[in-house]
Amino acid sequence: MPTHKTLAATGNSVVAEAMRQCAPDVMAAYPITPQTTIVEEFAGFVAKGRVHTEYVTVESEHSAMSACVGASAAGARVMTATSSQGLALMWEELHIASGMRLPIVMANANRAISAPINIHCDHSDIMGARDSGWVTYFAETAQEAYDNTIMAVRVAEHSDVMLPVMTCLDGFITTHSIDRVSVMDDESVAGFVGSYKPKNALLDTDAPVLHGAFAGLGGPYFEFKKQQRVAIENARAVIKSVGEEYSALSGRPFDVVETWGMEDAETAIVVIGSTAGNARHVARDLRAKGQKVGIVKIRVWRPFPYAELASVLKGLKAVAVLDRAESFGAEGGPLYLEVRSALYDAETRVPVVGYIYGLGGADVKLELMEKVYSDLSDIAAGTAAPAGLVYLGAREEA
Amino acid sequence: MKWDISQMGSWTYKQFPPGAVIPEAGNSDDYVTGGWRSERPWRNDEKCTQCLLCWIVCPDSSIRVADEKVTTFDLEHCKGCGICAQVCPVDAIDMVPEGCDLPEVK
Repeated sequence: MPTHKTLAATGNSVVAEAMRQCAPDVMAAYPITPQTTIVEEFAGFVAKGRVHTEYVTVESEHSAMSACVGASAAGARVMTATSSQGLALMWEELHIASGMRLPIVMANANRAISAPINIHCDHSDIMGARDSGWVTYFAETAQEAYDNTIMAVRVAEHSDVMLPVMTCLDGFITTHSIDRVSVMDDESVAGFVGSYKPKNALLDTDAPVLHGAFAGLGGPYFEFKKQQRVAIENARAVIKSVGEEYSALSGRPFDVVETWGMEDAETAIVVIGSTAGNARHVARDLRAKGQKVGIVKIRVWRPFPYAELASVLKGLKAVAVLDRAESFGAEGGPLYLEVRSALYDAETRVPVVGYIYGLGGADVKLELMEKVYSDLSDIAAGTAAPAGLVYLGAREEA
Repeated sequence: MKWDISQMGSWTYKQFPPGAVIPEAGNSDDYVTGGWRSERPWRNDEKCTQCLLCWIVCPDSSIRVADEKVTTFDLEHCKGCGICAQVCPVDAIDMVPEGCDLPEVK
């Protein structure tokens, strides 16, 4: 069994620690707030000889992901990290990484997208990369950010998956706040992730291959996209089995959908990321007052856990979905749309209310969370109809 | 697993190697890619010292060498970037407009 060390550390610090323990062959990264301290700390590990990684400094995130794609095709275990505008600048390379089935692991410090310029937390960046074919984990805490990074390596490199994996942590809230984190010893992490044996490596001169070929009109582009769809569907089972194995090693539970109070809940909040903490805090208070409320936290965003969500939400009287990202012109935020879709085949249609909250780091106070539960309680009691999209806490005309 | 890529046109999504990998060494020699050049390199054989710096830096492997000597430019692949002319320590390479007559060797 591993030995555990408890640290007072930031999310970024333990992500850098997890990356060091996974010992990538190559890291190519560009510093961007609030991701910067991940690459800074990792560069420090390289400088001190604590990890034997080829650390490539590049001139932009576009180049960072390009270098990662090249190194991964060559046969290296590759990691990087980014945030916000940097993730947006990687857009075309994100698709190339997943289309070439390269198991790159990347941490994304969730941050708002310009304009106006804002460096604080929301999920607009990752939601913009939603359809790029990356398996995507979300962390509520620094601990989960650490755990997700290590599990991501195994999922990415699994022969049924072979896809890049992104692990998201909320900018400043999780990346920079000091949290209590349990970190495993290096040998246990190295043993868990194992050594990487690439398939079809460009550097394998005994079996020459060509990466990045053209597959145009009448070519197999369509078949390759179907293959990618199958791969990310395969990731569902792999994420679970890797999660079980990691749970056994770390002693911490893992599930793609984590619930609190859902055994007999009548209303629930569905949430991603650090806000789950506030939601759980308020739910605990309301439970103490006898209200049957619950929390559903989504830990894996792609592939989206439709079946798991339908199973925990069916039969509820009202559900609130909290989106920390916009989907302008749609009925609600990205998570809202997915939750409604997950419930479409349920026998009884649960009323779902969509809230947009915390854009650009807007404060998510406990009173706001209480308002959400109070709205749900009114809907469940039949005294109010589900409102349209609610901007939670935005200053509006009375 | 060994793939017969001549059959690729009929493969289903299950039969392709993941990631659009072609299980053979790539070879761009088969494609003429020098068609959008506006200038081409010209080498003064008398000035050239055969240091082969141009051959090292050519990003397109378009400088042909035989018996450790530069013989010719592969104009089917040269993009006319001029890096060879810039690095030449004895100014033996000039970039001349595509379509012009070449200067005579003096």
